[in-house]
Amino acid sequence: MLTVFVLTLVPFIWMLSASLMTEGGANQFPPRLFPDKITWEHYQRLFKQMNIIRYFINSVIISISITVISLILNSMAGFAFAKYRFPGKNRLFKLLLAAMVIPAQVTMLPLFLMLNRMGVINSYLGVIIPGMASIYGIFLIRQYIISIPDSLIEAARIDGASDFYIYWRLILPLAKPILVTLALFTFMGAWNDFLWPLIVMTKDSMYTLPVALANLMGEHAQDTELMMAGAVVTVFPVLIIFLVTQKYYIRGIMLGSVKE
Amino acid sequence: MRFRTNYSHSAYLFLAPAMTAIFVFFFLPVLAALVMSFTDFDIYSLGDMSRARFIGFSNYLNLFQNPLFWKALGNTAYFVVVGVPLSIMTSMLVALALNSKLTRFKSLFRFSYFLPVVTTLVAVAVIWRYIYHPRFGLANYLLSLIGIKPVDWLGNPHWAMPALIIMAVWKGFGYNMIIFVAGLQNIPETLYEAARLDGANGWQEFRNVTIPMLSQTTGFITITTLIGYCQFFAEPYVMTDGGPLNSTLSIVLLMYKEGFKFWRMGYSAAIAFILFGIILILTIVQLRVQKQYEI
Repeated sequence: MLTVFVLTLVPFIWMLSASLMTEGGANQFPPRLFPDKITWEHYQRLFKQMNIIRYFINSVIISISITVISLILNSMAGFAFAKYRFPGKNRLFKLLLAAMVIPAQVTMLPLFLMLNRMGVINSYLGVIIPGMASIYGIFLIRQYIISIPDSLIEAARIDGASDFYIYWRLILPLAKPILVTLALFTFMGAWNDFLWPLIVMTKDSMYTLPVALANLMGEHAQDTELMMAGAVVTVFPVLIIFLVTQKYYIRGIMLGSVKE
Repeated sequence: MRFRTNYSHSAYLFLAPAMTAIFVFFFLPVLAALVMSFTDFDIYSLGDMSRARFIGFSNYLNLFQNPLFWKALGNTAYFVVVGVPLSIMTSMLVALALNSKLTRFKSLFRFSYFLPVVTTLVAVAVIWRYIYHPRFGLANYLLSLIGIKPVDWLGNPHWAMPALIIMAVWKGFGYNMIIFVAGLQNIPETLYEAARLDGANGWQEFRNVTIPMLSQTTGFITITTLIGYCQFFAEPYVMTDGGPLNSTLSIVLLMYKEGFKFWRMGYSAAIAFILFGIILILTIVQLRVQKQYEI
């Protein structure tokens, strides 16, 4: 237990301490777990010369947009699947479930051509558009909304509430736990996503943090301390969010693993 | 009681945005990719689509004759066959330890085991490339303590794949661990009491109570982990670029290179569909096997 604990944490500690070592400080044998002398020069370089604030902003804009848009679209669809009867409902739902087997990589080539035609390559939209809705998200929300009693909805309807009012003022507040969980999953997924931003963002100024870090790895492969500082900046926001919200995150994993 | 059918027009309004997005940006590309895989769509067709011609199954046939494709398929199989059981076993063992009554500070352990899961893979790769550094890396330092000569982890074709597998297991085991812990907590305590009354020892309890009661959880985990491992890409992309000597070239990496480096998109689409086929077959087989055991 303790061994696994140490094995899990040591790489992180090393990342942090190597990012604070002086140039060449990480390249010593035997390896140092802690810096002899702490320096912030690599962070300064990242912020002053490497444009990392720009990448950070790119990542924030993309991740937040995907999270907000997909939460709205998925919850609307999830609501419709949970509480409405309409022709073709079961067939449509089964089609969506079956499509979850299709790996995203299959769509990437035509999607790139499509987005290229639309002129959104190298723009935020190029990364946001494919993330606007997700089958998994719809499924998760539907499962949750099904458990909300129909009588609540009927009562609101008798009081003269419109369908949209019911969705916005009744369903969404009641579904808050699942929405929070899904928001976390979506945000972290978008923040950490690598392959699609790598394909869409070919211009340096549009890189997201992971793409920029991968690029840094190619160009400054020898500069270990600098790369570690870049890794810290990339990882830090997600770790903080996870630290604060782990309860919701872990609940989401369990919801996702429960079969119908 | 559900709404009467005359409300169904609202249902369509609620569905329309998400369904439009999914049909236009998911289903349509899937179909387009299928069509594309039967054409010679390449860099010239990028500017002028009419340049692409139907060439039947040529892309697929060419792939089957391309040693690089078989290499990538073999590497992916290696990664899956070794990585998936290793990852699942690690998750299960850690979950058992975490679930044990003797363990204290559970939430601290759970939190730290989960850290790698939420960490960006590229950052993980940065850290691990350093751990695998032939001269200054932690891995070789630990080996030197027990008198083993340094290994060129990422530079040696025999060691590059095991190095990536170790890293992938480290990164991913926390996720399945959480699901296993939930599964373990669902096993009624009375089953263990009954087993103890029958004189079962710890191993027998594990073998005859824990394993069968976890079979559904394990089945779910096996499918999702298999699918995830079949798609591995970022690990070799950032760590080795598929090398050395293509020893870590994966199916998705090959697809990426053919499609977005050389712009042989028809060819690349064929690779994507072969990956899809493999995942589909694995899923069906796994579901069948699971059904048999559940009776």
